[in-house]
Amino acid sequence: MNGNNGETDMNLQKQLFEGERIRLASLDLEKDAEIESKWTQDAGYLRLLDPSPARPRSPLLIKKSYEELEKRAEEKGDHFYFTIRLREEDSLIGFARLYGIHWPIPFALIQLGIGEEGCRGRGYGSEALELLLGYAFQELRLFSVGAHVPEYNPVALHLFEKAGFVQEARLRQSLFRQGRRWDMILFGLLEEEWRVNHG
Amino acid sequence: MDDIFRGQLVRLGSIDPQTLAEAFTRWNRDTEYLRLLDDEPARPRSVNTQKTWIEKELEEGGDLQHSFTIRTMEGDELIGFIGLFEIQWNHGNCWVGIGLGEREYWGKGYGTDAMRTVLRYAFDELDLERVTLSVFEYNPRAIRSYEKAGFTHEGRARQALNRDGERKDILFMGILRDEWKQLQLKEKVHDNIST
Repeated sequence: MNGNNGETDMNLQKQLFEGERIRLASLDLEKDAEIESKWTQDAGYLRLLDPSPARPRSPLLIKKSYEELEKRAEEKGDHFYFTIRLREEDSLIGFARLYGIHWPIPFALIQLGIGEEGCRGRGYGSEALELLLGYAFQELRLFSVGAHVPEYNPVALHLFEKAGFVQEARLRQSLFRQGRRWDMILFGLLEEEWRVNHG
Repeated sequence: MDDIFRGQLVRLGSIDPQTLAEAFTRWNRDTEYLRLLDDEPARPRSVNTQKTWIEKELEEGGDLQHSFTIRTMEGDELIGFIGLFEIQWNHGNCWVGIGLGEREYWGKGYGTDAMRTVLRYAFDELDLERVTLSVFEYNPRAIRSYEKAGFTHEGRARQALNRDGERKDILFMGILRDEWKQLQLKEKVHDNIST
């Protein structure tokens, strides 16, 4: 019951975690670990994702990492981890996260991956990024977010550029993959830049 | 072979947690130093807290970091610390961080000498391919020092710091093994001419 006859500036009906076709959801420790373990058999996916050496990981190992993740999120509050699920099937297709949150600034890094091969190239990543940015700026009050993308990942470069991210730095020859060296691109997006298209 | 822990003005020493913790506690009273050093909120910390932190870092760092104290060649005074961290062995890449807590040694080439010495360690001893660092835009003395040591500007995280109500950028710089080698050759030629 609010004092102005139901009129309120805050649109509480707007769902933060629901996109058109996907949703950001919590982990299902057992089931998701089984599925993510399958994704780690795909070295191509892993190498696009991050600089750590690609290696297949067992469901048990992944479940343990989920447990550590959840514990750390509760205790330290320096990251937010979401699974990406298709709304209709409620099936796991990827993950999206804000990590390395530095609250005094406040700044976070952003990363997402569509692990389910058949679900790539359909714009689910863009949808998830859109939700995550809304969450970062409107729920967490971050000042800016950043993303690290290897130059050999054109899909991710395009994704972040389309979302309005600015290429801020190029760490030359930071990565060694496939027998040669590659640059790491650092992207940044300020809340005030994001707001222009999301008043 | 040269003593790779020795530069012209400083040497890289080992870390004794108690001694370094006492120095940290002394240096951390200086907020100008702290605000040039990193983006954590400045705060004084006890010797005990510092010591526990240093011990934990040394233990958990393992092969993924190499840290040293910076000591003057003349007088063996402890004036700062320098470390290679987040070493990514599969990419031959790492970050470097440096702090000179003793203010009377600022702007006199001690930091540059320590940086050159640790770069030699990174490239000649650890066989890395690249060293990366970040520095705040309001720290021209450090930027100049890193340029002298051979680092190249690679970009900036815009408005990534919050100081006295103003937004400031963080700059990124990097040096590749080949660039460092070229510098060594130039310096050798220079030495031969001048002697």
